[in-house]
Amino acid sequence: MNEPLINYCRACHTRFNGVHEYCPACGDHALLSHPQIDQLSIAHIDCDAFFASVEKRDNPELDDKPVIIGGGQRGVVSTACYIARLYGVRSAMPMFKALELCPDAVVISPKGGRYGVVGRQIRDMMFDTTPLVEPLSIDEAFLDLTGTQRLHKCAPVLTLLKLQQHIYDEVGVTVSVGLSHNKFLAKTASELDKPNGFSIIPPRDTLDILAPMSVRAVYGVGPAFAKKLEDQGLRTLKDVRKLSDKDLAHRYGEAGLRLARLSRGEDSRKVKLERVRKSVSGETTFHRDICDLETLKSKLWDQCVRVADEMKTKGVAGHVVTLKLKTADFKSLTRRRTLNAPAQLADTLYKTACPLLEAEPKGRYYRLIGVGYSDLVAAQGDVGDLLDPNALKRAAIERASDVARAKFGKDIIQKGLSFKSQAPKKKTEP
Amino acid sequence: MKLTIERAALLKALGHVQAVVERRNTIPILSNVLIEASGDQARFTATDLDMEIVEATGARVDREGMVTAPAHTLYEIARKLPDGADVTLEMASDDPRMSLSAGRSRFNLPALPPSDFPVMPSEDLAVTFQAPADQMARLIDKTRFAVSTEETRYYLNGIHIHVADRDRRPVLRAVATDGHRLALAEMQLPSGAEAMAAIIVPRKAVNEIRRLLEDANDDVTVSVSEGKIRFGFGAAVLTSKLIDGSFPDYERVIPRGNDKLMRVDRAPFAQAVDRVATISQEKSRSIKLSMSQGQVVLTVNNPESGQASEELSADYSSDEMHIGFNARYLLDVAAQIGGDEVVFEFNDSASPTRVTDSGDPDAEYVLMPLRV
Repeated sequence: MNEPLINYCRACHTRFNGVHEYCPACGDHALLSHPQIDQLSIAHIDCDAFFASVEKRDNPELDDKPVIIGGGQRGVVSTACYIARLYGVRSAMPMFKALELCPDAVVISPKGGRYGVVGRQIRDMMFDTTPLVEPLSIDEAFLDLTGTQRLHKCAPVLTLLKLQQHIYDEVGVTVSVGLSHNKFLAKTASELDKPNGFSIIPPRDTLDILAPMSVRAVYGVGPAFAKKLEDQGLRTLKDVRKLSDKDLAHRYGEAGLRLARLSRGEDSRKVKLERVRKSVSGETTFHRDICDLETLKSKLWDQCVRVADEMKTKGVAGHVVTLKLKTADFKSLTRRRTLNAPAQLADTLYKTACPLLEAEPKGRYYRLIGVGYSDLVAAQGDVGDLLDPNALKRAAIERASDVARAKFGKDIIQKGLSFKSQAPKKKTEP
Repeated sequence: MKLTIERAALLKALGHVQAVVERRNTIPILSNVLIEASGDQARFTATDLDMEIVEATGARVDREGMVTAPAHTLYEIARKLPDGADVTLEMASDDPRMSLSAGRSRFNLPALPPSDFPVMPSEDLAVTFQAPADQMARLIDKTRFAVSTEETRYYLNGIHIHVADRDRRPVLRAVATDGHRLALAEMQLPSGAEAMAAIIVPRKAVNEIRRLLEDANDDVTVSVSEGKIRFGFGAAVLTSKLIDGSFPDYERVIPRGNDKLMRVDRAPFAQAVDRVATISQEKSRSIKLSMSQGQVVLTVNNPESGQASEELSADYSSDEMHIGFNARYLLDVAAQIGGDEVVFEFNDSASPTRVTDSGDPDAEYVLMPLRV
């Protein structure tokens, strides 16, 4: 333990050695200090209350107000700003409950496209830092900065401090950074100090930092698994470590073994570039649960059109059609069909998925329907069908209407089938 | 139960029946073969509930009775026993396992009660006829490659066999299609088959029938009812359920008026298709045929793996045209052509093409083109 302590000032980015209480250059107290700090190179960057931050940035009047992004008739909170969080508002909370906790909140419905633009702007800045960026969603990503020291002429920790500052200066939103020696720990670190945080988990401190953490904090441990663990007295990662790997594997299978490794901070997954798309799919959650087959079919058709649009844009065709349903009590069902030849049209997708939907028992209420193509190839697909001579004709019609839609807007031509979903029949609940 | 059987006879019988048994079974008894010893015979039965194969073979029966034992394990053991060995199968009343002994080898296998073994209800199969084994094998070979694997149209998951009329001559016709290609083959109608209903034989049964035909030398006995088909191969009897559905009206799919004819030598054509297809994309396998006076050029253009072309002389005198096909489909058809020439009848690049065999007027094929 006689290595020198290395410090970075979060305010002025100065690097200095030895034990200090504040930065000798600027006097700031926010210091990152550890003897091993220069060796860490796997980072996780997470935007703080991303949607809310973008809204506040675009409308400074909201700055000191609690802001909740969400709504729709299902009414759940998508993002709550940090002020709203002080009142106990959390994402995925029903909107009525959020407003009970925080009646003064400004509720804004999400603007998907706008956030996408800002998210990509941030992602581009990450790619300027290192080529190894693995985006997890629109507002978070893993970065591997191993070997970038020569390029940036500084340790990854300093590169990331600069990136954090740069994102704030250029984009106007804050991000939290976790820096460690593997993905699991990097993600864990970024959660430790939010918002606008920067946390490190060096190898030497890994076990101590993880020990008091709840099993619920581990990525991949859901409420059901956590409950099982807690029922057996395994509340923290320290508790988990008391059991042998074999024991955990025996009790909980693959998930148990994974938990055993993560409880010691072991994670061998590499930071990978965004993977090649293996499927194209679309799904929609209904405003209220639907039972009526005809209404479900028209919702299905809308998703088929969405998926087919993307397939055509990408110039791919798929061999497998998957139908996804979620029942009113949150059970997910998937039904698959393999086609004899690849296809990309909405017509083929609908014609394949519809019988799968019809085969499901009648009278069940669903909250979500989705459909997709997978097992993709670069081709146009839909080569026609000897037994369905009209298939080529319908394909020609679909492609012709695509041309019109591209010219005059997506809604210029719609099938009668779609109109049903726009004005759902009133159904009485059972 | 106790019986002794010669290893070769055991291996042959098990080899025939065990293929029905699925590798993975949720119902344990379906992994087993039923062995019945009575008189001077051993009878082996295996089933997957849709199909059953029974084979009887001579054996020395010391104590009559029945037992069921794991089919694949038993077959593997029989395969590994030395040639000429005498195998004794015994089920003692005080042991829940079946013992197998041969020479110095001894095995104990878990047995399940024979009373649990599902027996296919026997029913009257109204129509029975004899057909030459090689002719039946030919019908299967020329059509089964076109059987669909897509479950949506389950009625395409088998070979459609029915009595048809070809130029006022009654024939037994087999048809299979997956919507992208169609294969049709005919044979002379066997006497006694006239009243046979139109049926669809499921793919798995087709494959088993074809395997058993391999060992059959002359005539096989075919019995058909509304819901089942039975093939008697002498010692082995296969009974299968039929696909309950109606096969689509395939006749209107076969283009009869296509006027652009091309005759090309089968072997060089198949080899050329195979060669250029090397660089076609694995899944779409698109290949372009460009016909002009006296020749055809096969081309594959793949943005990722490159370009290939091969020129063949062909008997063609119509207007120049291009048409795309799946290379796999071309090869499947070419493999079934017995004559020297493949005859293509084109209409245009978007319409189905008819393919025939210069050496076999009783078979024809239809291919749906790909866009190229």
